[in-house]
Amino acid sequence: MSENLSAFLYLVASVCFILSLRGLSSPESARTGNILGMVGMAIAIFTTLASPAVLSYTTIIVGILIGGAIGTVIALKIQMTALPQLVAAFHSLVGLAAVFVAGAALYSPGAYGIGTAGNIGAASLIEMGLGVAIGAITFTGSLIAFGKLQGIVSGTPVRFKGQHMLNLAIGIAIVVFGVILVVTESHMAFWILVALALVLGVTLIIPIGGADMPVVVSMLNSYSGWAACGIGFTLQNSALIITGALVGASGAILSYIMCKGMNRSIFNVIFGGFGAEGEAAAGAGGDGDRSVKSGSADDASFIMKNASSVIIVPGYGMAVAQAQHALREMADILKAEGVKVRYAIHPVAGRMPGHMNVLLAEASVPYDDVLEMEEINRDFGSADVAFVIGANDITNPAAKTDPASPIFGMPILEVEKAKTVLFVKRGMSAGYAGIQNELFFKDNTMMLFGDAKKMCEEIVMHLDN
Amino acid sequence: MADQSVAQNANELRDAALGLAEKAAKLADSLASGASDAAGTAAVAVQGSGVSPTVLGLTVFVLACFVGYYVVWKVTPALHSPLMAVTNAISSVIIVGALLAAGPVEMNFSKMMGFIAVVLASVNIFGGFIVAQRMLHMFKKKK
Repeated sequence: MSENLSAFLYLVASVCFILSLRGLSSPESARTGNILGMVGMAIAIFTTLASPAVLSYTTIIVGILIGGAIGTVIALKIQMTALPQLVAAFHSLVGLAAVFVAGAALYSPGAYGIGTAGNIGAASLIEMGLGVAIGAITFTGSLIAFGKLQGIVSGTPVRFKGQHMLNLAIGIAIVVFGVILVVTESHMAFWILVALALVLGVTLIIPIGGADMPVVVSMLNSYSGWAACGIGFTLQNSALIITGALVGASGAILSYIMCKGMNRSIFNVIFGGFGAEGEAAAGAGGDGDRSVKSGSADDASFIMKNASSVIIVPGYGMAVAQAQHALREMADILKAEGVKVRYAIHPVAGRMPGHMNVLLAEASVPYDDVLEMEEINRDFGSADVAFVIGANDITNPAAKTDPASPIFGMPILEVEKAKTVLFVKRGMSAGYAGIQNELFFKDNTMMLFGDAKKMCEEIVMHLDN
Repeated sequence: MADQSVAQNANELRDAALGLAEKAAKLADSLASGASDAAGTAAVAVQGSGVSPTVLGLTVFVLACFVGYYVVWKVTPALHSPLMAVTNAISSVIIVGALLAAGPVEMNFSKMMGFIAVVLASVNIFGGFIVAQRMLHMFKKKK
């Protein structure tokens, strides 16, 4: 295959990738989009296999079969609640693959047409260094994120004195060895660079807490894209550069959306807010003597049966309790009674962007009933019941009213405007931000203490009677 | 006497002439190599037509960033999880580099690295697309 033809086919593959992301703009076109993505990948792979540099196919076919089988089995078996850790694990593989590809390019540059060993162009070496550094950071960073999400590594932030200085020192060392690599093409410098970047991946992610993982997963998504980009520059392959840029942009935008959902800057998340967070818990004192109104499943079913509009606000707690199916059943009965039921999703509900939507979709909740914060916030005023299940901080009015609150400025779902707020919760403990929710003490709030799943099932039982 | 001095002069003259010839030859050599160098440089300049592949790559990169920016903002928030799965799968287009490394006939270190990278990227490609398809299947219109 001539070089011009393969460059053209790589372009076709890139266009397929762009269209596959474009397809995700609505659920109707999304599946077609995903198929286009597969087509693009097939085109890219066959184009490469047809290039004159590829002479032996056995190794390649064995590799694809092994990898493909592993990937297929994992993808078919995985629980949707475990999606975030799966994605984190997948990111780590892209990072590691980038490291190996860069290594291969260094050891036999001839295969990539970027010179001969010991005589690789400076530009190629710079690109290689960048690609391999980002790839290595993505690899270990994603492994740590995976560990935290899976519960292997403790979700609590690991912080120690001089952490930022250590990261900075490693960062500088990476640049130094990058320069040595470019000047001398020393293999030793390359591997030291890899080792340092691997360490940096760990030290960058361990200080970030479990609940900030949506940002981290998005950020690593972005990194894996930039790593592919760096390799694309080394190989002078436009498909890699374009795809890497698409993925990089996508991850960056998702990180931005997640940060905005928590009203935190990306730096605040990455560098962990310089020790100010620990004290926040002490903020609201004297809650002990205030009373809350608590109710039973019977009360809740009565209130909701007589409502004309109910908005359900699910949080990660719902997913932990596996309550989504019972919740959907409850909603179905209410709908049959003529109640208008909708779901309100906060941007940071769940452990990764869009996680809650997938969990609800899995429980067969029609996606037309599931609305984003901006779409539904003004409807709380006219709703009879807001049914909050497994969520807390994202409904706390202190985010709007109390400038001293650590979550002040965070966009919230304005459930307090509903006539009645039903709050399903195990106990009176505070949310992730460590602050008390004023909402619990309001007159129109009724607390439903108990396990989210059991509570939904009980409500269903009472509704049936 | 006179004959002798004439002979001596002739000898000296001959030596000088030889030296001169040698110098001329050296000069010609260096001129020739200079000329071929210049020709080589000119040829390289013509071949590269002035723009380096890195700059071309950068052009593609920047344009692709803009495309990515606008396309991704259009993605509905409900599908952000499938978006991550799909981007994860397509970023494994890095398999292109792995295939080139695993392509040569003789087994060596870089072919080994290529093989491992092919396996890793394949896990991602199959895993990413299939899990995305599973998720998107859930977002079907319910009758």
